[in-house]
Amino acid sequence: MNDVLDVALRLLVVFVVFLTFPLIVGQTEHKVMAHMQGRLGPMYAGGFHGWAQLVADGVKFAQKEDVVPAGADRRVFQLAPAVALLPYLLVLLAIPIGPSEGAVGQVIDAGVFFVLAVMGVGVLGSLMAGWASANKFSLLGGLRTAAQLLAYELPMLLAAASVAMAAGTVSLPGILDAFEWWWLPWQIVGAIVFFVAGLAELQRPPFDMPVADSEIIFGAYTEYTGLRFALFLLAEYAGIIVLCGLTTVLFLGGWHGPWGADGLGWVWTLLKTAVLAFIVIWLRVTYPRLREDQLQKLSWTLLVPLSLAQIALTGIVKVVIQ
Amino acid sequence: MADQLQPTKSRFPGAGLAKGLAVTLRTMTKKTVTEQYPDAQPELPPRTRGVIGLFEENCTVCMLCARECPDWCIYIDSHKETIPAATPGGRERSRNVLDRFAIDFSLCMYCGICIEVCPFDALFWSPEFEYAETDIRDLTHERDKLREWMWTVPAPPALDPGAEEPKEIAAARKTAEKLAAQQAAPAAPATAEPQPAPSAGEPRRPASSAVPHAEEQARAAEHPTRAQGDSRQQTDQPRQEGQE
Repeated sequence: MNDVLDVALRLLVVFVVFLTFPLIVGQTEHKVMAHMQGRLGPMYAGGFHGWAQLVADGVKFAQKEDVVPAGADRRVFQLAPAVALLPYLLVLLAIPIGPSEGAVGQVIDAGVFFVLAVMGVGVLGSLMAGWASANKFSLLGGLRTAAQLLAYELPMLLAAASVAMAAGTVSLPGILDAFEWWWLPWQIVGAIVFFVAGLAELQRPPFDMPVADSEIIFGAYTEYTGLRFALFLLAEYAGIIVLCGLTTVLFLGGWHGPWGADGLGWVWTLLKTAVLAFIVIWLRVTYPRLREDQLQKLSWTLLVPLSLAQIALTGIVKVVIQ
Repeated sequence: MADQLQPTKSRFPGAGLAKGLAVTLRTMTKKTVTEQYPDAQPELPPRTRGVIGLFEENCTVCMLCARECPDWCIYIDSHKETIPAATPGGRERSRNVLDRFAIDFSLCMYCGICIEVCPFDALFWSPEFEYAETDIRDLTHERDKLREWMWTVPAPPALDPGAEEPKEIAAARKTAEKLAAQQAAPAAPATAEPQPAPSAGEPRRPASSAVPHAEEQARAAEHPTRAQGDSRQQTDQPRQEGQE
């Protein structure tokens, strides 16, 4: 009975985090983007500086009609948002935020492997949506998503592999236990490659070619309305949380901090994740969208070689210090 | 400015990317430019073209504004009144009385020609701009509404330091100085010591001996004619360079 309660409580906490954190990131994006553009952003919803803007948006989405195009592959079309969203919930379950046993949803021995595999499934949602919509723009968006997935999954995996090599384990808590502060400069190239490739996988600007609204309307999500469209948006922001959390755990030392008591490790994790989420927003505001060929070129000619070099460096240092 | 626009080769790869990040971050720390209009009134410059106010005491129903209006959005009705002669045996005068003055702001394009063309300063720009209506026909505003807006017209902005004196004031001052000089001249031989000259810009009632002359000059002050030096431009001879 106690075990059941424990599992239920963990699931509940992860679920609440999954529902609230993306909204916080979304609201922060509204505000940060506005101020970076010299605007104020939402000011009315909720009274104080528009804090309830995303709640209002959610209510609006829920009221809208859920339209399925006549020519669409009905079942696949309706299933796609769930496929896009649920993997991030699963990944969130495996990310440790503190050193103790209770600070992770579920300890998975093959953590890195699990996390990257499941994150790859999330992109499948966009592919399904693009194919099932029976719309040329959706199809274009879906194909671009596929091309992007192929290009960026590889450097992401290689960068994560470098950390796993350094720690000698693929368990996320295991990597954090082995973490030393000098891993930061040692793995910095891998960290940047991982973060950039993760951004591309989330299709965040400047890597938002698959949803480029000025040329293919909204890519794979063109035909979606109402709640299903909102789920795709939620998936994007949940993806930011997951990506920033993973980068924190793999490369920035998670709960390790220069100071702080033992019980405050989770504060460090959340702080680092928040800073990374801010950087995600910052990059979105700053850079224009990469063209499709530039996107591919960046991955194959820059990120893949860099991640390979990082693996070589990791191997050399690992051999030297042993 | 020009060399900023040209792409510059920098020594560090990614220096341009970093510069972009710096720009957005700096903008974030600066004050926003958003006007929170319904909550806070905007600060409008004094020459804002918000609405046209009518000062109907100055209006003589000359119809110049209505004729010059490119949109024909000014409606004026009037009738003539006869004023009995002021002196016995004099001629009766007639005068225009304004019955209706309306501007259709659904047609008005805010060019301001009516204000420019008004010879008697009866029309003014007001920065008032909140007069939206739900029916387009309600945008034709009558004289009482235009008069209300007259009281929202701000004082003209102060002249720049060192700016040329306004023509009206200059002409009035000149006349006053001349009058003062005339007054002083006949008084000088009569008394042993001359009176000090009256201060400039203060028109004084002229002495009785100088009345016909002074009235003519006072009229000249009300309608300032072209300055002496400008008249040369109206001659047929081409203007010679370097003569001045």
